[in-house]
Amino acid sequence: MAKITLEDVEYVAGLARLDLDDETKQRLQKEMGDILDYMDKLDELNTKDVQPMMHVLGMTNVFREDFVGESLDQEAVFKNAPDTQDGYFLVPRILDAE
Amino acid sequence: MSKDLHQLTAHEIRTALQSRETTATEVTQACLNRIGAVDDSVGAFVEVWTDSALERARLIDGEIDRGNDPGPLAGVPVGLKDLLCTTTGTTTCGSRILRGFESLYDATVVKRLLNAGAIPLGKVNMDEFAMGSSTENSSIQATRNPWNLKCVPGGSSGGSAASVAAHEAPFTLGSDTGGSIRQPAAFCGCVGLKPTYGRVSRYGLVAFASSLDQIGPFTKDVEDMALVMNAISGKDPLDATSADVAVPDYTKALSEDLSGLRIGLPKEYYTDALDVEMRGKVEDALEVLKAQGATVLDVSLPHTDYGIAVYYIIATAEASANLARFDGVRYGFRHPEAANLDEMYTKTKTEGFGEEVQRRIILGTYVLSSGYYDAYYLKAQKVRTLIRQDFDQAFEQCDVIITPTTPTAAFTIGEKIDDPLQMYLNDVYTSSANLAGIPGVSVPCGLTSGNLPAGLQILAKPFAEETLMRVAYAYERNRGFELGDAPIV
Repeated sequence: MAKITLEDVEYVAGLARLDLDDETKQRLQKEMGDILDYMDKLDELNTKDVQPMMHVLGMTNVFREDFVGESLDQEAVFKNAPDTQDGYFLVPRILDAE
Repeated sequence: MSKDLHQLTAHEIRTALQSRETTATEVTQACLNRIGAVDDSVGAFVEVWTDSALERARLIDGEIDRGNDPGPLAGVPVGLKDLLCTTTGTTTCGSRILRGFESLYDATVVKRLLNAGAIPLGKVNMDEFAMGSSTENSSIQATRNPWNLKCVPGGSSGGSAASVAAHEAPFTLGSDTGGSIRQPAAFCGCVGLKPTYGRVSRYGLVAFASSLDQIGPFTKDVEDMALVMNAISGKDPLDATSADVAVPDYTKALSEDLSGLRIGLPKEYYTDALDVEMRGKVEDALEVLKAQGATVLDVSLPHTDYGIAVYYIIATAEASANLARFDGVRYGFRHPEAANLDEMYTKTKTEGFGEEVQRRIILGTYVLSSGYYDAYYLKAQKVRTLIRQDFDQAFEQCDVIITPTTPTAAFTIGEKIDDPLQMYLNDVYTSSANLAGIPGVSVPCGLTSGNLPAGLQILAKPFAEETLMRVAYAYERNRGFELGDAPIV
């Protein structure tokens, strides 16, 4: 596989919404390179005719009756919320002010 | 009684309460006193619930006084890994991002323990989000190995193992994604079981890697393992992946007679890479098991060498998806300085997650990202099928597979923390059981020359926990030594 570049690290960190400083990016570039090199040993195996595992015990869809159960109390749900207003979770501005 | 109250096993507490030799309040107080005496050194508990524990103990004592049966674990104190949701105290997963989080419900295993009469003492430490093999990744505190305070207790359920070894709790619950119960149990000299995937409900377990995670107990002996598994196993409508398979009375499986039992030794595990002393401990254990009637044969698990690579691809991929929910919107830490929503997400995650968690999120995001999905994630899921087939074929020839739990005994604090790959390789004997969904138990098999515990791992077919317990019990009763108490020095 291709070597991991600093740009790869930045791209993936962006997808994961992590803001890394330069030192961390360089450390991760090396660590990811080492770890992915190790993982490349899977290329030794021919898996052309092997089915990927979907569930370890072969379990398929699990259904239940569709009924209305008890819901959590709104006050309880907001107990852990960083910020709320009028029964909503409040977050910083999403769209630009203009 | 020759033992102090805090040293008793769950079944000894049960007997002592039934004969009115002691009370749940006395036992609970003894464990709380023990925590007060040794936990500054051990660092296993992140939260101790003195008031609620004693109040519950008084209730249990009242039930016993009135002649009622308050349950099979009545009056038995328990420590809970800090990723099990509890309505008492907080549930933080050892992470800054969940500091102060108060769950709105109890995990199913917690409810089941409460119904059985157990008394939660509080929460025990762990690697952040269960990512680690040493409990050094906790954002709260370090936990030390009671056998040698310079050594790690293992991880990620390090607090669960250390608290049992230090006699702070007769038993605890932990979780095992790639060895996080069995490895710390081996390092601390406890019995630790990872049940079959689906045997125990995961409702209320904060998810790390959903196709691998299982909850299981740490106990002082195998009889307690059976008692606890009786209480926590079984189908749960709140966890669709819990299996609808009848739960036997595991205490009935405890037999010392191993006639007809076939033990398989996978040749891929017994290589030159295995520490000579650990190999000797396993060989001694096999002699004990043979004397109880078992026979030993060689088996092969040809894809053993690929286990760690497959494990770290699947585990990090699932973790990156599971941890996306910690975004600072509905609960948990939110970074106070953000001009807009995107910045809030990024600053919250960057400050909220520790180094190892960030490393795994990034790895997991990478192996799932466009262009790499087939090469890593899909490939890993295919090799996972091959690993499962290896076990299926081996279990056509044998009833259990026996290996060391870990390549070496506990390592020293700081020894591997700067080398993630070396830390990951520590899971070499344990992670394949999670990939295959099969149960595995670690039982203490002696002390090394460095006076650290060694663990014997026994693996069996899905839902063959009874077989595991029978073998572990026969070994424990006939191994010819007592491990003794951890010195806490």
